[in-house]
Amino acid sequence: MNRRTVLNYFLGSSIGATLSAIVYPVIQFLIPPVVSEAAQSNVVAATANELRPGTAKIFKFGSAPGLLLRTPTGDVRAFSAVCTHLNCTVQYRPDLEHIWCACHDGHYDINGKNITGPPPRPLEQYEVNVRGDDIIVSKG
Amino acid sequence: MKDLLKLVLAWAIFSLAAETTVFARQASTATDTCVGCHKDLTESRLSLPALATASDVHTGRGLSCASCHGGDASETDKKRAMNPAKGFVGKPRAAGVAEFCGKCHSDATFIKSFNPSLRVDQELEYRTSVHSKRIAEGDTRAATCISCHGHHDIRAVKDTNSRVHPLRVVETCGRCHVDAEYMKGYQIPTDQLPKYMSSVHAENLYKKLDLSAPTCNDCHGNHGAAPPGAASVSNVCGTCHVRQSELFQKSPHKPVFDGLGIGECLACHNNHDTRHPTDAILGNHKTAVCATCHSEGAGFSAAGNMRLAIGRLAEGIGSADEILERGTRLGMEVSRIKFDLNQARNHLIDARVVVHGFSPDLLDTAIKPGIEITRKARQQGIEALDEAGFRRKGLALALIVIGLAILATYLKVRDIEKAGR
Amino acid sequence: MVSSTPANSLWDWFDKRLGLDAVSHLAREKEVPVHRHTIWYYFGGMTLFLFAIQAVTGILLLLYYRPSAENAFESVQFIMAEVRFGWLIRSVHSWSANVLIGVLFIHLFSVFFLRAYRRPRELTWISGVLLFFIALAFGFSGYLLPWNTMAFFATKVGTEVAGVVPVIGHFLLRFFRGGDEVTGATLTRFFGFHVAILPAATMALLGLHLLLVQRHGMSVPLRDEGRRLKTMKFMPNFFLRDLMGWLIALGVLAALSALFPWELGEKADPFAPAPAGIRPEWYFMFMFQTLKLMPARIGPIEGEVLAVSAFGLAGALLVVVPFLDRAANRNQPNSFLKFAGCIAVIYILVMTLLGYRG
Repeated sequence: MNRRTVLNYFLGSSIGATLSAIVYPVIQFLIPPVVSEAAQSNVVAATANELRPGTAKIFKFGSAPGLLLRTPTGDVRAFSAVCTHLNCTVQYRPDLEHIWCACHDGHYDINGKNITGPPPRPLEQYEVNVRGDDIIVSKG
Repeated sequence: MKDLLKLVLAWAIFSLAAETTVFARQASTATDTCVGCHKDLTESRLSLPALATASDVHTGRGLSCASCHGGDASETDKKRAMNPAKGFVGKPRAAGVAEFCGKCHSDATFIKSFNPSLRVDQELEYRTSVHSKRIAEGDTRAATCISCHGHHDIRAVKDTNSRVHPLRVVETCGRCHVDAEYMKGYQIPTDQLPKYMSSVHAENLYKKLDLSAPTCNDCHGNHGAAPPGAASVSNVCGTCHVRQSELFQKSPHKPVFDGLGIGECLACHNNHDTRHPTDAILGNHKTAVCATCHSEGAGFSAAGNMRLAIGRLAEGIGSADEILERGTRLGMEVSRIKFDLNQARNHLIDARVVVHGFSPDLLDTAIKPGIEITRKARQQGIEALDEAGFRRKGLALALIVIGLAILATYLKVRDIEKAGR
Repeated sequence: MVSSTPANSLWDWFDKRLGLDAVSHLAREKEVPVHRHTIWYYFGGMTLFLFAIQAVTGILLLLYYRPSAENAFESVQFIMAEVRFGWLIRSVHSWSANVLIGVLFIHLFSVFFLRAYRRPRELTWISGVLLFFIALAFGFSGYLLPWNTMAFFATKVGTEVAGVVPVIGHFLLRFFRGGDEVTGATLTRFFGFHVAILPAATMALLGLHLLLVQRHGMSVPLRDEGRRLKTMKFMPNFFLRDLMGWLIALGVLAALSALFPWELGEKADPFAPAPAGIRPEWYFMFMFQTLKLMPARIGPIEGEVLAVSAFGLAGALLVVVPFLDRAANRNQPNSFLKFAGCIAVIYILVMTLLGYRG
């Protein structure tokens, strides 16, 4: 009698513990994580009035940096910010009015075309769409 | 029906016209008496030119023997055909070759009618070369146009069979410059070619087929071939290595190197055998290039400090990398951290360039952001490893709980079945 | 019967409305025959348990997964890296899927060799075989959902095979791909199959399957039929043993997931060249390998067409096995079918091994 009661308690509590070992991760899973959004291949790179003409910003595009550029004449363009020479991150030089890679002094014009220095190819260009107040960059 | 007939007719006329043009062109070469006679001559010295021109770029552009050599190609009589009065020139003397080719190639108006983008300054440049100066002094062994470009089978530079195609320049220059016998009396080394072949430039050119990698002419000039002066080396290298050159020009080394007459970039990187530089050539240890001049004092310690700074970043990245690799092997998803660490790698590449300013302060500024990124990535990597450890502990705990549940179930089954019996 | 404890009165309340006593009576009365092949009975229950795990983890993954070519990979990466225990849920889902199909193979072949499909269990068999096909379809569609390189190209190859089917091949290919190429449309489509169409079909067939199992009771091997066999009570004896098996499976899945989290790979790039060593999930390997070994032509027929038709025929034959094996109903041995089954098992094993060796 006693033995059986003990056995039942053992069974009940161990099954209960197993269930909580299942429920705990599930509950944790349901709580939204701190970083709220998954990276994506179209991304809101900036808001429409964030960039003045002749400035640019680096944004994270999937697992690589992108360069969002507002040309001095006001066009918005987006490129991969990965230099085609040795994968450094390129930047916009307002003084030169074109894109520049600091690592080996590679120069690209504002169309992403390599003009001087070691880069062998133009930068990959992305598509830019303006949706409401957001500048949305997407691949191809 | 009528339309169809028209179409057939048009086609017939067109093909007939096409055929006659082909005939016309063949006829024009057939009536070129230079080729007509020379190709059948038994002496190869005289027959080869007529045969070789078939693959010549000039032939392809519609030029014939007479276009360069003068004379009258419609005459069947030898004397009249090769009449000096009609401008016939046989084989030009070495000293006359540049002028011979320059007749057309220095004439911008003429060249433009064939290829508007072709340059016309070759002869001018050639006159500045060591080759030309030697020729002018009566040395017939120095190079003229035809030494490199060939004659009668001259091909366009972009033609891979051309002697001056980037991949064949080394061989072409080397024909003379490697030959110790031939070069005897010029007092210049003949080991440039094997040295060059061991360089990072040759590796890029031949192994990676990167035609923008420099070969002989890219540093020495193609037509005005001459060794660059010691003080202009950094300008030559700087045509590609722009930023390094800029930094060097502003560095304390520039005036000193020029004063000593040591060729700027070459002092550390060699000229023909320019190897892929490593961090090991920087510093104040024995094998570092800095130690060639600096054995003590401020330069000595600056070299050491710069090496330490680069090393700190490089090793930091290496160790963070290793931690992330371990994380990956443990099945952790660390691609986001790897992405961030890549930025640090950019700073390292940048720092290696900034070294050419030879200022420890400048270098420290370049390195600082990289160090910060590396520290963060490393921190996150360690967190990922901790998480992997936590998973294993969690697993162990879960397995204990499940194991107990299995045991309990087993005992219960046994108990029930004993009672049932 | 009526007592005053709260538990009993609660039971009573529900019993009056739901008729629970009938169910509990059924459970109490249900008995499981005990003989030397009893062990195979556990695989049905195991499949059910693993399916439940798939349903639960699958629903959880739906909270974060995004079914589009642009976002799928990133969202799975997000689940693996950012969501707490996301790695566990996804790894359990993937591992459990594979174990489930392995167990299904065993369940299928054990029923086949014990000839448990004979009268009156023909429909149980047919619903079971269809469930097996659905499980394979689950696996095939689920493989693409993370949208990584391997899955992308395996799907490309897999759907190309569908295109080989005589007459309706082109239609099938377009139907599966949602177009002529594997694109984001394919992903959306596979997602729809994976989370809506296949689960609905499974529910219907599984319901029928379980109902029939319940209605006909456990089949006993031919040679034991008519004999008085020892039995054990389903509740609690057999159920507790089942539970033990499930707990072991749970432990194994937890260990696999924690020690070998399911890989994510690289994001699919439709324009990239196909990587070396594309291969499908292991349970398709024998078919994949067969196609690879097929000569281009056999007589007037293309090798691929022949292989695909043969697999189609084999699948169809598998469904109608109860009607092919008339001898079983007369309690006679059928050495031909036994032989064919052995050949099939050996063929699958050998081809799978070959597939992984080269």
